[in-house]
Amino acid sequence: MTWDVVANIVIGGLLTGLVYALMALGLSVIFGVIRVVNFAHGEMTALAMYAAVLLFEGWRLDPLLSIPLVAGGLFALGYVIQRRLIEPFISRPEHEQFILLLSVAVILTNGMLIVFGPDARGVMTDYSFDSYEFGLIIVDKTKALAALGALTTALALLAFFRYARTGKAIRACADNLIGAKVVGLNVPRLYGLTFGLGAAAVGVAGCLLALVIDVMPQIGPELTLLAFIIVIVGGLGSMTGAVIGGVLIGMSEALAGLLITPSMKSMLSFALLIVVLALRPQGLFGKRAL
Amino acid sequence: MSGDGAPGRFGLTGREQAALALFFGAMALAPLVVGDFLLSVLLIVFYFAFVGQAWNLMMGVAGQLSLGHALYVGLGAYAAAALYVHFGVPPLVGMVPAMAIAAAAGASIGFLAFRFRIGGVYFALLTIAFAEFTRILFSHIGWLGATEGFFLPVENRSDMDFVNLRGSPEMFYYILLALTGLALALVRGLMGSRLGYYWLAIREDETAAEALGINIFRTKMIAVMISAAMTALAGLVMAFYYNNLFPGDVFGMHRSIEIILAPIVGGLGTLFGPIIGAFVLGILGEGLTIALEAAGIATAGVKQLVYAVFLFAIVRFMPGGLWPFLATRLGFVRGGRK
Repeated sequence: MTWDVVANIVIGGLLTGLVYALMALGLSVIFGVIRVVNFAHGEMTALAMYAAVLLFEGWRLDPLLSIPLVAGGLFALGYVIQRRLIEPFISRPEHEQFILLLSVAVILTNGMLIVFGPDARGVMTDYSFDSYEFGLIIVDKTKALAALGALTTALALLAFFRYARTGKAIRACADNLIGAKVVGLNVPRLYGLTFGLGAAAVGVAGCLLALVIDVMPQIGPELTLLAFIIVIVGGLGSMTGAVIGGVLIGMSEALAGLLITPSMKSMLSFALLIVVLALRPQGLFGKRAL
Repeated sequence: MSGDGAPGRFGLTGREQAALALFFGAMALAPLVVGDFLLSVLLIVFYFAFVGQAWNLMMGVAGQLSLGHALYVGLGAYAAAALYVHFGVPPLVGMVPAMAIAAAAGASIGFLAFRFRIGGVYFALLTIAFAEFTRILFSHIGWLGATEGFFLPVENRSDMDFVNLRGSPEMFYYILLALTGLALALVRGLMGSRLGYYWLAIREDETAAEALGINIFRTKMIAVMISAAMTALAGLVMAFYYNNLFPGDVFGMHRSIEIILAPIVGGLGTLFGPIIGAFVLGILGEGLTIALEAAGIATAGVKQLVYAVFLFAIVRFMPGGLWPFLATRLGFVRGGRK
């Protein structure tokens, strides 16, 4: 095993990790503002992946081009879930919110199993086997495009929360809910938008993931857990933490696949989660004490 | 957690005692009447009632949400099965180390979590992480069959070897029925004890409970360890009933979710919730299977979908579960709504 093999694996893991990061960012945004843990996050990602695959199979639409469509659909879904399902649960005990979203997750997984069947489906573009070569370093083209797409979306989302008027209003709800209500912000609508935006991030991530990995119904719970690991390692509620956590998990999984055995790679992620929860429960970049 | 379904006094009323005696009496006679198929359904129902009671003690009573109870099922199952197959230790003896191992696992999770006051969502995720970690770990242990599965020798099913848990489905049925009854008695006893009131205090308001001088850490640890040990016992019985163990099946997250269904549907934190929930879900599930077969639909996932819709409806419209609702209707609770 030479250094260039390791470098290639690490870069591949980093690129996939950026897509994971975008998905986890959606979870972090939703939790950071609404304080509700979206237990159906991976299932929504799987739904977006299926949308991308179906658009590709039906109209030969490149997943990169179907991003606006899928993200728009997921935004609408997220808005409706927040306004119709979660809103009445905001003041309910935490475990009831959790069970509510767990039931949504199981409904989505099995709904997809019934509609799409258990087989893995993927997207095969003209450039699926293309790659960029930099000396000994070979970068997979689809992974590079997916990572670029994820990074752009993540930056756009960060910019929205930093500079846009609505973004600032949403942050105000997160920082001081009573103050936000006092100054007359429409909190239920802003919560709806927040969940919608988190879901839209998932929509983009789903399209990009469809380029990199195959989709099947059982992938939903796995992606949910992955998103949780990333945001907890990075710090639940911290947006930069989610991005760095995603990259970290992507690279560690790639390395574990290389150094140990691929089937044990997610064990390493769970071990990382346990270590972080044990030593630094607020996560690497989390500020708030629990 | 609201106070619904958490009566102030845990002594059973006369009507409840009569209903319980009638119920367990009827269930004890059931194998004489029902056929093999129905018996296998009832067996599963009592498995979920028992393991649901164990989970209920931790979540419903002590307020600690575990979504990784498959960990304890699996540890109990594998420990007893490995001792039996590799060392010839009968499960009646093997149950002691099996329960101890699960309790130790529960204690490790509890130690990590409660030391740092990790609660709610974080605690639930920690329990999932441990279960998933163990699932993948066991998939790589060749001594326990890894992903190929670990098998117990199938012996004569007409035997009634209680010590080695080799016998007919009737034997397993009575074991699970007895365990459900014992769990009911145990939880009832605990809920009436000082420890039980500590748990309720922690569930309702941890800070206030601590201010009253309750040792939060120790009290929560006891809940986790008892719950884990009970769950391990259920795993042991099922391992010897099915005679095969696969890490992906035993430790899988879907198993953990199955465990929480009955107590939530029946009524979190109530004594009879897990039994009611297990029965309702068992009837619903089997009825659905029969209906789907009759309609010629053999789609995987339909049953889970219906369970999830049911769970959703309960959480949305009847968060206290079925039992508090039924109890008022059937006159077990005087004075209407509590």
